[in-house]
Formats: sequence, structure tokens, C-alpha cells
Amino acid sequence: MGVGIEVTNLNAWYGTNHTLQDINLNIPANHATALIGPSGCGKSTFVRCLNRMHETNPIARVTGTVVIGDLDIYKDCKPVEIRRRVGMVFQRPNPFPTMSIYDNVCAGLKLNGYTNRRALDEIVEKSLKNSALWDEVKDDLKKKSGASLSGGQQQRLCIARALAVDPEVILMDEPASALDPVSTSKIEDLIFQLKAQYTIVIVTHNMQQAARVAEKTGFFLNGRMVEFDSTHKIFTNPSDKRTEDYITGRFG
Amino acid sequence: MGGYPRSPRVDALRKTLLKLQEHNFRSRVRTVTDGAATGLAILSTVLVVAPLVAIFIYLIYKGASSLSWAFFTDIPKPVGEAGGGMANAIAGSAMLLGLGSLIGVPIGISGGIFLAEYGRGTKLANAVRFTADVLNGVPSIVMGIAVYSLIVVPQGHFSAFSGGVALGIMMVPTVCRTTEEMLLMVPNAVREAALALGVPNWRSVLAITVKTASPGIITGCMLAFARVAGETAPLIFTAFGNVGWSSRLDEPIAALPLQIYVYAISPYDEWHRLAWAGALVLIVLIVMAVSLVRYVTSRGVLKGAS
Repeated sequence: MGVGIEVTNLNAWYGTNHTLQDINLNIPANHATALIGPSGCGKSTFVRCLNRMHETNPIARVTGTVVIGDLDIYKDCKPVEIRRRVGMVFQRPNPFPTMSIYDNVCAGLKLNGYTNRRALDEIVEKSLKNSALWDEVKDDLKKKSGASLSGGQQQRLCIARALAVDPEVILMDEPASALDPVSTSKIEDLIFQLKAQYTIVIVTHNMQQAARVAEKTGFFLNGRMVEFDSTHKIFTNPSDKRTEDYITGRFG
Repeated sequence: MGGYPRSPRVDALRKTLLKLQEHNFRSRVRTVTDGAATGLAILSTVLVVAPLVAIFIYLIYKGASSLSWAFFTDIPKPVGEAGGGMANAIAGSAMLLGLGSLIGVPIGISGGIFLAEYGRGTKLANAVRFTADVLNGVPSIVMGIAVYSLIVVPQGHFSAFSGGVALGIMMVPTVCRTTEEMLLMVPNAVREAALALGVPNWRSVLAITVKTASPGIITGCMLAFARVAGETAPLIFTAFGNVGWSSRLDEPIAALPLQIYVYAISPYDEWHRLAWAGALVLIVLIVMAVSLVRYVTSRGVLKGAS
């Protein structure tokens, strides 16, 4: 089951660039939350702070508190542990090119020392079914490389790979921006089904997408969170002038 | 065209015709340029391949007739006696190269992994990279003398071990730098994907990044291998050569390039012929070793893997 995320006074830097400033936010469990805003506003940095991927860049720095479930992720645990509980799907599909479809899905488990064959088979099948890819690949699981699939299939493979380690939260950083409309709608359908079991945070440039999949939406601008509310309210009656300007297309 | 009545329609038609001619001219220029570029590329390819083919043909011409079963089974015979082979030199080369690879490949790959994955941008990494480049430029005879004074002199005797060490050290820079370059070509997205799954960094480096880059890394190792396989100079002061069989690490050992060298500078026609045969065998064995490694490592590559 998904868990909620509480973010308090989160600040992040790249070198001297203060990319996130005093973010406070409560992301509800088992819902999809969308983050919108113009390029460079810090929304990607924000999700990367939720699984401590931000700090993999040597010049990056973070302060503040992020509590996921009952775990203070910057205090109580190592980055490796939190990344197993918080899965991530990137903008560009990034399957492991030398691995088969099967190995791609169970990479997270295998590389963490999980070896039970039968259990792995089951997890692979379940994850691929949950990511709506099973029927398309079930005959080539161990024959084809993950890189041989189409872009949309690769992205669903990456989602399956994230699901296989059984996370509580799934972060999606513009998961459909490199995909065609058909693949995009498949991913969106998927988000709809997944939020019954997982907490989903999705960064998107596509405001219709935010409106379609998310119950809550946050608007980021210049490293600050301008407004966070129900998606309906953000898109019909935002309280901040800047949000209104952005969603009506006056800038960004 | 003066004879034709001028009318707007005829004018328009002429204009169109002129444009078409202009277009035809341009497209012809393009075709010619394209042809020239293709021709140049083919010519360069031929120039690159020609020396190799020429050497190979010449070796076959000079050496093939002296090849016999005995060449691969017998050890050299004294001057004046016909026949004799290089069996001990072939075995010796295999042993020296095996030892060299055992030393050079792990050190080189580890160094490359450090440069690309851990040391990026640090002073230590820059120093290591610079050292590797300098080491790559050190003449092989100098390498031989260095190993001679470091191992042979303290031990008091020439040895297969010191020869292997000399070859191994010569392999390190090539293996190290190609490993680094190949790892840097692995997209960062692949590293991030592994980290985001909660895979510890060391494991992600070994199981994901290095594995993704492995075809290129293997090519680098093979390049280094092929290069030192023909080295003579570093062996003169280390492995020394041996007219008989030896399988001991602490004794002088024969090697194909050494044997070729000794035979080639000798005054005997019979030995000259054997030297040609030896050169041919050396090249063929190198090609076979490289192809074998390629074949073995390319098995199990998946459909569509890049």
C-alpha cells in the first residue's frame, strides 16, 4: 500500500544555484499528485529529493525534512534503502540495454541478492501485467533485449521494473513526454490503476495530463511552490494570480 | 527565341525552364560532390587495409613453404641440421601472454573503472590518466630495461615471470584508457536507473555499467593483447629466450618474437625461412586468439541489444 509524504522546509542546491526554496507540502497516500510548472522551475529536482537521487550529483546539496510513511528519509536511513521503497520512472525510457526483458524487470531484486527463481518468475509476470506489457512481451521474455522494444513499451518496462521491487511510492518525471499519444494514454491508464496500490507523484509539462490523472496538483515557479491544491481547484479557480497566468497559457 | 511572339505565358514558361535548368545543374553538382566524397572514403579504406593485406600475402609467400607439422611440434635444431620448429616458442609466447594478460587486464580494467566511475574530475584521476598516457608512450625497450633492473637483477636470473610482468605493464595503459572511454559512453540514464532501484553503487558499477560497456572493454583488451603479442624488445632482458622446453616461471623461456628476431639476424638461410614461418604463425595465432575471444563473448548477446 502507498504511504503519504510530508515535506518540510525543503531546500536544494546545484552548486551555488538555489534550485528549491522552502518547499512545504503534504502528498496524500494512494493518490496521484501532479507537479506542473515551466522548465527549470525545480519540479524535477523536487521529486529527485524524494528518493535521494538529487545527492547522486556531486555538486548537489539538500536541507530540510522529508518523511515518507513514518521514515525520515534524510535522517533514519541510507539512500539505498529509501530508493527501494520509492521507485522512479524517468523522462526517457532507460531499460538496461544488455539485459533481457525478464532481467530488466527483476534487475532491482537480483542486484539486491534475491535469487529464488520461482518467486522471481511470479514477480516478473505480475509486474509486467500491472504495467500492461505482459501480453506484448510474454513470448520473448528471455530472448529479447529491453532495448529492442518500442519507446512506449520501454517506458512500461521501466514502470514494471520499478514495480518489481514493491515500492510504496512511485515518482514519475515526465514519464510520457518522449512518447506518442497512444503510448501516452496507455501510461495514463496505468497511473489510474496503479494509484489504488501506490502513492504516485508525477511531474508533467502537459496540463491536460495533470488534469486527467491527478487528484492533487502543485504549481512550481522559480524554485518555489506557488500553490498546492486539488487539481480541480487549480485548474478552475486558482488562488494565486501566477498559477492562473500559467494555466491559461500567458507564460511558460 | 526572337522569332517567337512574346506573351506572358511564354515568358512564364521560359522562366520555369530556366529554373529547371538551374535545378538540374545544382543537382548535378550535388551528385558529383557526393560521388567524390564516397570515392575518397573508399580510397582511404583501401589505403588503410592495403598494408595489412600486403604484409599478410608476403608472409604467406615467404613463410608458408617452411611450415610443416614439425614446426609446431619440434624445438629448434642446432645450426646445420635441417628441420626443427618453434614449438617451445609458441608455448612460451602463450605462457608469457597469459601471464601478461593476468597482470595487465585486471589492473587496467580496475584503473579504467576508477577513472570513469569514482575519480571523475579529481586530482588523483588526472594524475592516473596522465601516467597511463605517458606509460603508453614509453618505448618498449625501456620497459624491458626497467623490469630487468626491478626483477631480473634482484633475482639474479632471467625468467618467464619477469617477461610476463613486462608485457603486463605494457598492457595496462591501453586497457585502462579504453575501459575509461567505454564506460564514459554508457549513458548516465542507465546508471541512474540502477541507483533508483536501490542498487548499491559498487554493484551498479559492476553489474550494470561495466556490463553495458563490456564489448568495448573487451576490444580494448584484445588491442592491448595483440600489441604486446608481437613485442620483442621488452623480452630481450627479461624472458631472454630458450632453445629448449621450459614451463617454469623462474627460468628463461622462449617466445615467438624473440625466436623470429634471433633467426632473422642470423646468417643462415634455413633460419631465415623459419623466421618467416614464425612471423606468419605469430600473426595467425594472434588473429585466432582475438577471434576466439570475440566469438566466446558475443554468444548470448540478446536480440536488439545495443
